[in-house]
Amino acid sequence: MNRLNRRRVLRGMLNGGAVTVGLPLLNCFLNGNGNALADGEKMPVRYGTWFWGLGMNTQIFKPKKTGRDFEFPDEIQALAPIRDKINILTNGNAFYDNSPKQDHFTGWAVSRTGIAPSNRTLGSETCDVTIANQISRTRRFKTLTATAAADARVSFSYDDPNTPNPAEYSPVLFYARLFGPDFPDPNAKDFKPSPRVMARKSVLSAVMDEMGDLNAIAGAEDRVRLDQYFTGLRHLEQQFDQQLSKPEPLAACHPGLAPKDSDMKMGNASELMIQRHKMMTDLLAMAVACDQTRVVNMSYSQVQSNATKPGYDKPHHTATHEEAIDSKLGYQPEVSWFTRRCMEGFAYYVQAFANIKEGDGTVLDNMFIVGDTDHGLALLHGLDNIPMLTAGSAGGKVKNGYHIDMKGTSIARTTYTALRVMGVDVPRFGDRSNQTSDPISEILV
Amino acid sequence: MRLVGKHFGREGARVRKTFVTRALLFAAAVVLPAGVFLSGSSIVTASAKDVEAKEAGTVVGSPRRLRLLTTQQYINTVQYYFGPDIKIDVKFAPLERTDGLLIAGASVAGVSGAQIETYQKVASIVSAQVLSPDRRATLLPCKPKSDKAADDACAEKFLGEVSNYLYRAPLSKAHLAKFVAESNKAATQLNDFYAGLQLALEGVLLSPNVLFVAEREEPDPHHPGQMRLDAHSLASRLSLFLWNAAPDAVLRQAAARGQLDTEKGRAKIVDMMLASPRLETGVRSLFDDMFGFEDFVTLAKDGVIYPYYLGEASGDAREQTLRTVVDQLLTKDRDYRDLYTTRETFVSPALAIIYGVTTPPGWHAIEFPPEAHRAGILTQVSFLALHSHPTRSSATLRGKALRELILCQKVPPPPANVDFSAVNDPKSNFRTARDRLTAHRANPVCAGCHKITDPMGLALENFDGAGQYRTDEKGTAIDATGSLDGKDFSDVDGLSRAVHDNPALPGCLVRRAYSYATGGAVSLNAEPALVELNKNFAAQNYRLRGLLKAIALNDAFSTVSKPVPKPEPKKTASVPLLQVVAENPK
Repeated sequence: MNRLNRRRVLRGMLNGGAVTVGLPLLNCFLNGNGNALADGEKMPVRYGTWFWGLGMNTQIFKPKKTGRDFEFPDEIQALAPIRDKINILTNGNAFYDNSPKQDHFTGWAVSRTGIAPSNRTLGSETCDVTIANQISRTRRFKTLTATAAADARVSFSYDDPNTPNPAEYSPVLFYARLFGPDFPDPNAKDFKPSPRVMARKSVLSAVMDEMGDLNAIAGAEDRVRLDQYFTGLRHLEQQFDQQLSKPEPLAACHPGLAPKDSDMKMGNASELMIQRHKMMTDLLAMAVACDQTRVVNMSYSQVQSNATKPGYDKPHHTATHEEAIDSKLGYQPEVSWFTRRCMEGFAYYVQAFANIKEGDGTVLDNMFIVGDTDHGLALLHGLDNIPMLTAGSAGGKVKNGYHIDMKGTSIARTTYTALRVMGVDVPRFGDRSNQTSDPISEILV
Repeated sequence: MRLVGKHFGREGARVRKTFVTRALLFAAAVVLPAGVFLSGSSIVTASAKDVEAKEAGTVVGSPRRLRLLTTQQYINTVQYYFGPDIKIDVKFAPLERTDGLLIAGASVAGVSGAQIETYQKVASIVSAQVLSPDRRATLLPCKPKSDKAADDACAEKFLGEVSNYLYRAPLSKAHLAKFVAESNKAATQLNDFYAGLQLALEGVLLSPNVLFVAEREEPDPHHPGQMRLDAHSLASRLSLFLWNAAPDAVLRQAAARGQLDTEKGRAKIVDMMLASPRLETGVRSLFDDMFGFEDFVTLAKDGVIYPYYLGEASGDAREQTLRTVVDQLLTKDRDYRDLYTTRETFVSPALAIIYGVTTPPGWHAIEFPPEAHRAGILTQVSFLALHSHPTRSSATLRGKALRELILCQKVPPPPANVDFSAVNDPKSNFRTARDRLTAHRANPVCAGCHKITDPMGLALENFDGAGQYRTDEKGTAIDATGSLDGKDFSDVDGLSRAVHDNPALPGCLVRRAYSYATGGAVSLNAEPALVELNKNFAAQNYRLRGLLKAIALNDAFSTVSKPVPKPEPKKTASVPLLQVVAENPK
């Protein structure tokens, strides 16, 4: 292991190369079997979400058979190489009951909150935040959210209905936030607490003293916002503390070099989105490897995806509405071209975590990922027939390699499964027709 | 402007009561163009509440708010005080467009952990620049006894002055003492006076009192039983409204001396603010927000289809329209409606390529000839390119933007599960957008909304997705006829005139400016104030300065009332699709 040049390997990762070389936790931190930390604590389990816009074409997305013995249809061919790492769920529903059917919103809102919104506002915080409150509070970042869509607004993670976690959209800025001067490098040879950070932490207490006066004049709703502010300051204090204490070494943590300015072209050309998706994914994976967070959110595209294809005049969303169904194929071929790029994105995302060795397995073994979208059949913007994807074994709690027909039940079941797997002990999730206490038991060990 | 003065005090409230009641009755009786529906419930609710309020002799004000400072307000505030050369490359969390404005979203937006991190980072970057060796001599009001040790007096002087400005109100002595103590402690630990001060300034910049504009209230002596903003909150509201930055020393002193409490004193201050060059910053910000220009940040055009849309075009298009707004409405003091017909504007080299004109480097004023069909800001690249797809134009997006951004009307979202089979028929051969949309409108479910957006959007089809003029689409001549609320026209010039004359046009600006000024969504009980401001705007021939002044001096701007939220829309399956909800009855 020592002969490997980690820096080169990780630089390769950041450049989007397929890397399958292990970077294990240093053995001194593992027990004899390599499947738990030396102090007997289990390996931490992490959570990830991944979003793509505009659903799919059912007849070439949905495998014909359920269970383990199925073939990958054309639209999800990209997932075939990782079949043992993932599950494919199809035929889910986002019930909107007596709420309006809001295209591009109801679907993912039900997936992430279990609630079909009655207006343009979510019904609650999103599930990644619920899970982060359980497993990631003590990390430098409670959650990390990124997008390949070059727009900070493309986020499906909300601290509360009015507080989206803005998406990192620039690899350069994201790298600086993660691995810039404030990064407490777990593998640094020398560690000296910075007196400047100590002073910074001390000043923070004077700032926090102001919260009382403000609370006194604020109404109930505004007090919630002030509370968030205060919580944010406390988290900042915790970040300073982390900078002041020597972190435990993590063999897999080696952030490589910063991307260059020239790497961050804006725009929605698919080739740019694919490149950006790889770079952002690699950064998220490295952030997990460095244990900077235990909850990550990634989106390939926005809901009304504006991705373009060279030589084709309709962006993805417009194509779903306007492309003719090919009479021979029976589906919209250009729309499928876009969806296939999304699926390649998911495969890359999953593989990025599988590439990082941890103990005798990989980070993906200690992770649970849920991939979701806003619609079922793209052409109709349907809220039935919605597919979802999962990946990772969550520390041995989840089985992989299955195609599950959800038989028209709510997609909130997948989220409920995630909550249970991640240790959030709730008897049920969602409301009205989406309320469920029925996880996808077929994939649970 | 004279009208405004009369409306102060109880007397004014009585005058308004009669006028408002009449105006509302008038509004309810207005005959509207086919397909346009007013949100009737809001009129009824507002008038009932208004009458009730007037009977009780009260003034209907605006809600007191807790507003997050926007990115631009933060930058303007810091740079005004410390100098424009302070580099601040920061973006706070995007705001949710609320009731038509991003700035209204700042009064409800929460603060994520990532946002606090951003605040800390930018505070650190700003402080380091302010206390840098090359700036400290000019930015500090004193010199420490030693560079390498704490200096209580100098730290207190600097932090006191700075925090009074950044807090937009005097900081209590006890609290200032805490920051001074922290500065001293850090200076001692680091053996560096300036480093200590820098860390204390970071703390000030991270204060919730700096980053939240927390409006405070006090009993209103002119209207017993009612509350008004306290003087410093009123000064902040004025300053954020007109300058998009924190109040300067003159304004804070006026607040401290009680000058804003009197009608005359407030008018004098408002006049001073309107005469300041900083007004341009405020006006740019208002229109940038109203026109949805934040989308330029992510706008991209397909380089193969639009090779003449260069990288600089998006930024320049935004700038062109804002320059036109400032030139027409401030410099030349023109009628707001003329913004939609004027052929006077400015071009840069990147835009000149799209417009088919030649221009030397830099910005230059030009007047398009009539035959260029570039009359009004709807024919500028900003509107045309922003409301198109990356690969082609969109009559629907343009029509929707005109309705929603310029006329303050709401176009319902597309219905569920639309059958696109007509458009998707591979045998059909749509040569132009008009052909395609005509086929689409054959579906009665789609026709409802598309009738609202397409007839005016199609009049802009002579401009491609990047805003370049064209006479044909794929070899077929473009038919740019259209109509807007009952007015038919044969080309885009006709559309410009129709927009100019549309009764909803000035009312929309009044509504947006009022919402922008009071920092949040327009409450239902604001209708009386809006009616009064509309009347006033018309009386002074739609001059922007007059409107801004009328808002700044209006009782509703400074009086505090609880908001009346909009009722949740009724959830029935039979909501008429042919509906434009007019937010602002004229």
